[in-house]
Amino acid sequence: MPTDTFDIMLLLAKLTLLYGLVMTAAAYLVLAERRVLAWIQDRTGPNRVGPLGLLQPLADVIKMLTKEDVCPAGADRWLYYLAPAMAAIPAILTFAVIPFGPPLTLFGRNIPLQVVDLNIGLLFFLALSSIAVYGVALGGWASNSKYALLGGIRGLAQLISYELSMALSLVPVVMLAHSFRLGDIVAAQASVPFIVYQPLAFLIFLISIAAECKRVPFDLPEAESELIAGFHAEYSGMRFGLFFVGEYINILVLGGLAATFFLGGWHGPWLPPAVWFALKVLAFAFLFIWMRGTLPRLRYDQLMHLGWKVLTPLALVNILATGWFIMVL
Amino acid sequence: MEQIVFYILAAVVVIATLFAVTERHPVHAIVYLATSFFGLAVIFYLLLAPLAAVFEVIIYAGAIMVLFLFVIMMLDLGHPEKVKRPAFRDWWPAVVLSLLILASFAVLAGMPFFGPPAAAAQIDIRGFAAVLFRNYGVAVEIISLQLLFALVGALYLGRRR
Repeated sequence: MPTDTFDIMLLLAKLTLLYGLVMTAAAYLVLAERRVLAWIQDRTGPNRVGPLGLLQPLADVIKMLTKEDVCPAGADRWLYYLAPAMAAIPAILTFAVIPFGPPLTLFGRNIPLQVVDLNIGLLFFLALSSIAVYGVALGGWASNSKYALLGGIRGLAQLISYELSMALSLVPVVMLAHSFRLGDIVAAQASVPFIVYQPLAFLIFLISIAAECKRVPFDLPEAESELIAGFHAEYSGMRFGLFFVGEYINILVLGGLAATFFLGGWHGPWLPPAVWFALKVLAFAFLFIWMRGTLPRLRYDQLMHLGWKVLTPLALVNILATGWFIMVL
Repeated sequence: MEQIVFYILAAVVVIATLFAVTERHPVHAIVYLATSFFGLAVIFYLLLAPLAAVFEVIIYAGAIMVLFLFVIMMLDLGHPEKVKRPAFRDWWPAVVLSLLILASFAVLAGMPFFGPPAAAAQIDIRGFAAVLFRNYGVAVEIISLQLLFALVGALYLGRRR
């Protein structure tokens, strides 16, 4: 635990900066999604508020803050109010372990560009992603509505199933890096990113994180066309906004983790490391938006089939193959 | 500083567990129990055991409690909060067991001190894994076989006739 005043101030500064960056980026990701989707569908998208529609997120926030905060009559009040926070907080917390640049040397001090480099960083992420399930499940259950309950149950089953293949696809990364520490994992990819050695694990991880952020083609918990909005159907105002922004924070954080585990984190030629990291994260965000504009939704049995009968066995075989590779060569 | 945090967390854990036991609504009880697991995880972290802390959250709060929640959400429980409290004949075994635990604690507390506790030492994941799989490898295998039996049993029960 840091006792030095300077260290505490530094930690607070990093937290504030990261929080501000993540919230702003998530708000602008919403705008980016609307613009890119519109572009894919040959529309214009929101372009009225400010130049090129750039002030749209601000307008959205004002709208959501001034809307009525509805709580359905039959809802379980406490859990109904708690659920949006349970959905957004784990996503924000995960940012604490992601390194977004090499350590800086400032005033003769070594400042890592990461809030905390836990020696169990990878497991910390898995723990928080397993906690994120509660937001969906409790939100769906506490609303006391058929659609929300169905969405909540679907979300629960989907998140549990894909967490397994996601965790298993990360085992080869740990085997190659010999560490759970994200700083070490990035350092191990200084010359060659792990996607070169582990294309299969990367593919499994990519599909699993798409399912973890409940994005198309895995958006069954929300499924607008059949469940209205699924687990957050009853929410209004900023509570709905928290679910919504939580989803976009999740995209950013999972994109950041995918970049850290497979694309070499902040490593890259010519450009400054932090810029490389941001580019990789934004590339993942763009990929998710692109997928939403392109793919249809899976059926529920297809979703479960893909998770349990395809991705999980493949990830297990991949672990065995990686182990054999490391032992023999 | 660590002591203050510890006492706050310990209070949270005890209170949350008490609520988890007395709460009549199963979903609320699960939320209380998950809170208690969280507090316990942070206590493990304070004791320089981050691995135990993370496993506490991943396995207990993230997997087991979530599965309970899943089952409860699938069942239509009606109005569990209107159910009467269980009669004494339903919970006397719990009382007997807790009295046993209390008694053994009292006996231990009354015994002469067996030396200062070992200094807290942080063990890395590599060391933990080496001890677990070298010294207790057979036990780990037996436990995993037991899980396999449960899996096969579930498959047998769930197969289509």
